[in-house]
Order: sequence, then structure tokens, then C-alpha cells
Amino acid sequence: MSINIQALLAQLLVGLINGSFYALLSLGLAVIFGMLNIINFAHGALYMMGAFCAYFLLNLFGIGYWWALILAPLIVGAFGMLMERTLLQWLSGLDHLYGLLLTFGVALIIQGLFQNYFGSSGLPYAIPDELKGGMNLGFMFLPIYRGWVVAFSLVICLLTWYLIERTRLGANLRAATENPTLVRAFGINVPRMITLTYGLGVGLAALAGVLSAPINQVRPLMGADLIIVVFAVVVIGGMGSIMGSIITGFTLGVIEGLTKYFYPEASNTVVFVLMVLVLLVKPSGLTGRAS
Amino acid sequence: MSTITQNSVPAPTTRRPVRDEMIALALMTIVLAIVPFTGVYPFFVMQGLCFALLACAFNLLIGYGGLLSFGHAMFLGTAGYVTAHALKVWDLSPELGILVGTAAALGLSVITGLIAIRRQGIYFAMITLALSQLLYFIYLQAPFTHGEDGIQGIPQGKMFGVIDLQNATTLYFVVLAGFLLGFLIIYRAINSPFGEVLKAIRENEPRAISLGYKTDQYKLLAFILSGTLAGFAGALKVFVAQNASLTDVHWSMSGEIVLMTLVGGLGTVFGPVVGAFVIIAMQQYLAGFGQWVTVIQGVIFVACVLTFRRGIVGEIGHYFKRSL
Repeated sequence: MSINIQALLAQLLVGLINGSFYALLSLGLAVIFGMLNIINFAHGALYMMGAFCAYFLLNLFGIGYWWALILAPLIVGAFGMLMERTLLQWLSGLDHLYGLLLTFGVALIIQGLFQNYFGSSGLPYAIPDELKGGMNLGFMFLPIYRGWVVAFSLVICLLTWYLIERTRLGANLRAATENPTLVRAFGINVPRMITLTYGLGVGLAALAGVLSAPINQVRPLMGADLIIVVFAVVVIGGMGSIMGSIITGFTLGVIEGLTKYFYPEASNTVVFVLMVLVLLVKPSGLTGRAS
Repeated sequence: MSTITQNSVPAPTTRRPVRDEMIALALMTIVLAIVPFTGVYPFFVMQGLCFALLACAFNLLIGYGGLLSFGHAMFLGTAGYVTAHALKVWDLSPELGILVGTAAALGLSVITGLIAIRRQGIYFAMITLALSQLLYFIYLQAPFTHGEDGIQGIPQGKMFGVIDLQNATTLYFVVLAGFLLGFLIIYRAINSPFGEVLKAIRENEPRAISLGYKTDQYKLLAFILSGTLAGFAGALKVFVAQNASLTDVHWSMSGEIVLMTLVGGLGTVFGPVVGAFVIIAMQQYLAGFGQWVTVIQGVIFVACVLTFRRGIVGEIGHYFKRSL
């Protein structure tokens, strides 16, 4: 079998891009799960809202990509915090499963509403002028926007890691994950921290949505299937470690990209198959603590 | 898993629960038996019966074992595809078609069960969802499922060579018999020593292990029983709908199964039946409103989780202090 280097590298790049979305989304899921003990099924819908937010900002207010990159995560993050205050906070103390069911309901509502008004087809979102075109790297042609998505996602992931693992705020957050009652006794406002954590996770999802808008088009169901893949990523990586989520996300994206080149029929299913293999060999996930 | 019990299952009562359940069962059977003579659209009720059996099978896992499967559509869809293929391509008789379809669901539930029970709680839900999505993509590409078109125009045939399933009333009673058979199997299972151990695992798995129960084997057996009966419902549904399509394997179908059981009452004997009919009726009446059905389903999910965790039957049972 002769290998077409150009096509292989192109698929590898697509894999890296998908991997950065997996990383951003599974990172958010892990952070949220740590604090709220909720698996956020609405994560895919919120990712879609991030993309739509960028679309509205551009088409209604003429606000371009760069501002959308900042504003959309803030707006959708604020929506998430509202959601946490009005719905999710009533679930504390209940079984984890109720959190999954509630957020699944929220995802149905959001996706259903967007489908009502925008149908199922995709809306175009142009690549910003500064990132148009491509670079010839000698061995391959790199579309600048795609390179930007990978690099920027990586930076955001590492910043999030730094925030949680290396700052005072992150230390409080990790302490509150371990023992909320004790942390409250130290005078730290844990409920507010929970709200902010949910906002942070949701903001990351919305950011991924904005990044994906010029590549994947803006569709009401763009997050619906993605979230299931991200669940598989989370099962593979385990939710115990931030760095674990990042590495697993990118790695699985690359593996998926390689599959697209070598055996395209399996590219939709390879992440799920890997999940099965990991469960058979190491049920607690690659980086996760035993549950 | 203790909260599921506290919030959804009526407290055990000193009244005779078995007698109450027997009365309710007799009433349900009588009502369902006279349906064809009342002028109600039989297709609707048959569809409701298939989904009711499906929801009851799902409820066996969540309500009594504390395991939330978010991929039960895979059993429904797999059995549907296999039965449809057996009837249309292999020209098998209806009873053999149902048998082959249910056997396929049995095989699938053994494989997926062995994988899924390796994790608990929230991970179990995510794994079952991912496995069903894996199957969805396989069925999307496999030639025998005819992709987006599905298998259509399935012959209903004559069961055991004499029972003509093309007659709507006859078909109705066959589906009703199938439903009652599945329902009684589930009812028997949850009232057996096996069911008691399952409830013990739901309440406190480490304690059940310390008492010497091999909890993984119990959970696997429950998963297989649930998956097989869900497949049986899928095989019956082929005769009603006369098609088998990707809709039945999609994650949104798995979500609907969860919704039916949640609305009716998790961990109640009759809740899933009531919930299935409520949701099917809602879909029937709102069919013209497009995606508003999805929105309303979402609202029901949110409302049930926040304010109505016992479900319809659970609330009734709680009010009358009876176990239903």
C-alpha cells in the first residue's frame, strides 16, 4: 500500500482539530463533574450555542470573529451560570443520574428550539481575513485557520490546566471538590465557586463552538453527536486528571484522523471501539482513579 | 444509589402489596383486552404496548438494579432489523422471526453487558450510550439494513401457519399476549430472590459484596434479561410498524425510553406502561408541531427531575400508600 503523504497529513490535521474540540469539551466536562458531580449532557448543545452566538454577533451586530472569541464564551457562560442557579443547584444531594437526566432535558430544549428556527441545515460563517489562506511548509500545505485552531486550543487547555493546578483559585477549587463542607468552614463561598466552575466549563464549550464555526458550519445539531464521542473520550481518559483529559482528547482526535486515511469506514466508530478495548483492559480509564 | 429509592420508590407498606398489584394487573389486562372493541385506533395501542414492554424492560435495570442504560434503543433496533430481515429475506415464519430477533438482542446484551458492567453509576450510562452509537454507525453502513431507507414492506405472515397477522384485531391480541408475557417475566423476576439481591445491590453494592453475592453476575443477568426483553419488544414492533429503520437505534430513542419510565415512575411495576402510553399519545397529538415535540420532551424531563421524581404511578402509590 503506497502512502500518499499529502492526504495523510491533511487527515492528521483534521484529526488534530477534532482532537482539540474533544480536549476542550472533555476538559469542561471533567471540571464540572469534579465540582457539581454532574455529567453535563447539555455540553454539546452549549457548544452549538457558542457557534450560534458568534453567528448572531456577526450578522446582527457586525461584531467579528476576534470579539466573538471573547464575547461568545462570556455570554454562553453567563447562560450556563443562570442554568446552574435556576436548575442544577436543586440537584445537590441527589443521585448523579438525575443530573444527567436534567441536562439531557435541557439539551433537548435548546436543540429543539434552534431546530425550530433554523432547521437542520448549516449556516456559513466565514474565516476571518487575518487567518485566510495557507502556508506551504514544504512537505504540506497548511491552511492557516486550521493551524490556528489547533494552536489556540492547546494554549487554552494549558491555561486551564495552569489555572486549576497552579493557582490559589485552583487550589481552593480542588479543595472544594474534595471536601466542600470543610472549605466552607474556611470562609470560602462554595456555592458561588460551583456556579463559576459551571460557567468556566460551559465557556470552554462555547469557545470550542466559535472555533468550529468557520470549519463545520453552524448547525443546531452540531453538538448532538459530538457529545456522545466526548463521553467515550471521557470514559477512556477518566475524569480524575485535567492533563489526562487534554492528552486523551488530542490523542483520540489524531487516531481518528489516521483511521480516516487508512480505513475510512471505521472513522465514525474508532473512538467507541477504543473505549471498549480500554474498558476490557483497564476498566477505570487510562488516567482515572477507580470509581 | 440510595437517593433513587428515597425519591422515586414508594416506601414499603404493611398493606398487602401483592394483592394490590394483582388487582391492578387484572384491571390493566381487562382494559387492554376490550380496546379493539371500543373503536380506539388499534395501531396506536399496539405501538404503545411495544413501547410499554420496552420501558418495563428498561425499568428492570434502573428501577431495581440502579443501572441507568442510555442505550436501550440498540436492543430495540437490533431485534427489529434481524426480525425484519428474517421475515423479508429469509422468508421465516413470524414466530421464528420473533425468536431470531430476540436471540440477536440476547447475544448483543451478553456482549454489551460484559463491557458496560465494568463501570458503575454515571460511567455505566455513558458507556451504554457510546455502545449504542457504535451500533448506530455500524447499521448506517451495513448493507442489510438499507441505510437511511431502512427495511420496508415487511410481510406479516401467518403465525404457526394459522394465525393471520394481517388482520388488525388478531395482530392486536398477539401483541397483547407478547406484552403480557414479557410483563409477567419482569414481574416474576423482581419478586424473586434474584430481584431482592438486585435491590440490595442498588441500595448498597459494597455491602451486597460483603454478604457474599457476586454482584457483577447479578448485574449482568439483569442486563441480559432487560436487553432480551427490550429486543422482544422490538421484534413485536416490526409486525405493527412493518418497517425497521435507523430511528429505532438512534440515541433520541434511548432518551425517549428513559423519559417514558421517568414520567410513569422509576422502580414502579406499572409506571413504565403508563409513561409509555402518555409519551406515545403526546407524540401522536403533537405530530404536526415539528421540533416542538423535542422541546416539550425536554421540558418534561426537566420538570420530572426537579419536581416529580416519583412519576405518575409513583405519586399515586405514594398518595394511597400502596406499592404499584
